[in-house]
Amino acid sequence: MSTALMMFLVFIAITLGITYWASKRSSGASAYFAAGRRITAWQNGIAVAGDYMSAASFLGIAGIIAFQGYDGFLFSVGWLVAYLTVLLVVAEPLRNAGKYTMADVLAYRLKPRPVRAMAAVSTLTVSTFYMIAQMVGAGALVALLLKSSGISYQVAVVGVGILMIVYVVFGGMLATTWVQIIKAILLIAGTILLSVLVLAHFHFSLAAFFDAIGHVTYHEKGQEVVKDFLQPGLRYKPPYGPLDLISLGLALIFGTAGLPHILVRFYTVPDAKTARHSVVWAMVLIGSFYIMTTFLGFGAATIVGRDFISTHGGTNMSAPLLAQQLAGDIFFAFISAIAFATILAVVAGLTISASTSFAHDFWTNVIHKGVERKPGEEVLVARISAFVVGGVAMFIAILLGPTANVAFLVALAFAVAASANLPVIVLSIFWRRFNTAGAVVGLATGLVASIGLIIVSPSLMAIDPPTVTGTARHLIQAKAWFPLENPGILSIPLGFIGAIAGTLLSHEPTSEHKFNELLVRSNTGLGAERAATAH
Amino acid sequence: MNAMPTPIHRYEASQTEWDHVAGTTEFQDLMATKKLFIVPAFVFFVVYYFALPILVGYAPRLMSTKIVGNVNLAYLFALSQFIMAWGIAWLYVKAADDFDKLAKDIVERAQKRQGDK
Repeated sequence: MSTALMMFLVFIAITLGITYWASKRSSGASAYFAAGRRITAWQNGIAVAGDYMSAASFLGIAGIIAFQGYDGFLFSVGWLVAYLTVLLVVAEPLRNAGKYTMADVLAYRLKPRPVRAMAAVSTLTVSTFYMIAQMVGAGALVALLLKSSGISYQVAVVGVGILMIVYVVFGGMLATTWVQIIKAILLIAGTILLSVLVLAHFHFSLAAFFDAIGHVTYHEKGQEVVKDFLQPGLRYKPPYGPLDLISLGLALIFGTAGLPHILVRFYTVPDAKTARHSVVWAMVLIGSFYIMTTFLGFGAATIVGRDFISTHGGTNMSAPLLAQQLAGDIFFAFISAIAFATILAVVAGLTISASTSFAHDFWTNVIHKGVERKPGEEVLVARISAFVVGGVAMFIAILLGPTANVAFLVALAFAVAASANLPVIVLSIFWRRFNTAGAVVGLATGLVASIGLIIVSPSLMAIDPPTVTGTARHLIQAKAWFPLENPGILSIPLGFIGAIAGTLLSHEPTSEHKFNELLVRSNTGLGAERAATAH
Repeated sequence: MNAMPTPIHRYEASQTEWDHVAGTTEFQDLMATKKLFIVPAFVFFVVYYFALPILVGYAPRLMSTKIVGNVNLAYLFALSQFIMAWGIAWLYVKAADDFDKLAKDIVERAQKRQGDK
């Protein structure tokens, strides 16, 4: 048995132990959906970081920096700064006025059924797309990392899928939280270790490190090239590059505060003040991590090199290969195990937010008009939908296969969150005139615009050479109609316009009357859901 | 509104009560105090953040200016974004202590009024 596999198994054993402990401890809806609202600020902060820093961050950004230098580091910046929107605009009002989902806040002053139905569609879309991207990535990665143990892509996908279902179905939010906390601590520890090793390689001289970044050597089309990797423009080239970069920035800054799996985390703390402090904890961790991608990414570029990474698994293997080069197979196994933990924590977070939205918004409030017919029904429905959501994600991931082009699904999730969810959350908290028609039209416009623009973007529309086969080929073999990979620059304004137009074209006095209630609740915490008492 | 039975007592009040609270000077004061911090902070961070992709995208030569050794303006500006984000977060937490005090007062009055009925 390989060291990597052994470390995977240790992580699995520990997290299953936590799931067992959580399942014994929790009962009732608030315990299942919100961990009894008794998570502390630092715990939730670490869990938010663990929920957020996906394999796309850890392996993806390290890889982009290793291959395209400075432009990759711009992702790191946006991923942290986005938390200011979470901190200043959504975290506290949401905790004060909501219960389990983002739709709770909308349902105060708007007609609950149409609004919750649309919000559930949007939440499920974001979560499922994001999850499929993670699962395909996870399968390919685990298969690659455990190649020596003979684990195939399919086995890896099924393994990840079963684990996330077990965490969520049996352990609920409490188990999910602790899986995310352990993962975040492992990830930060691994990143610090790697960074120190990179610096040690340059005899702890930052000057020597940055000098090396100044002339990164690799081969392109048989030619040796030397490039300054700190120079911008290696990824985002004119004419559309700069615009794509701004569009990506918009999706991050407005999308993070609309990601359902991040928003539900703020219901797990006792009050808005704790929610606020937990965002700050998360920002400290997330920021530290993304600054260290400097060492991970540029370290891989200078120490391992593009040529070697290309022939040993490609961009995503940059960080693990750097670990192997610097400290041998054991460290490679450790970093691989962290990557695995990273994926599991994120997919568990996505599964619980998707199933909560289905059970709470759609089942209880839309189908049964807000009445739980039997005690415990909502939790039961959530458990069943976690099974279904997990199963569907596994099935699609296996169908797509390890070479499928899925990176665009992450961009899509952020775009939908930014263009559909965020405008509606913000307008319902801040605009007295806002109403049900506005919310429904806004959510629908943001959703359709994001998906539509991605379909006609270069991510799905391009002409491949015949050497590219199967699911790696672009879906539509033609020149893209929309030149940007990130639709945010167009879809976010469209989402806002849809919400505003829908509002102005209709009249709903009750939503204006009830605005005062939401205003007072969200700003003072009067009547906010309380933490469960100790038991 | 949510008609689901909850195990924990939830504060409910009449429309006139909500309108009353929203109209008090204390509440208006809270909203004004919050706005005074949040609006400028939000505008500042959005402008500061988007200056990065705009400058990097449209003035790459300027941003490639070397400042210390091989470290250029583009990298230092990116790094400064982290400091900016942490700085605003820290200032917000400080400012929010005042919001909490004002909000606590409003909540206590409202609960007392309801208790009197």
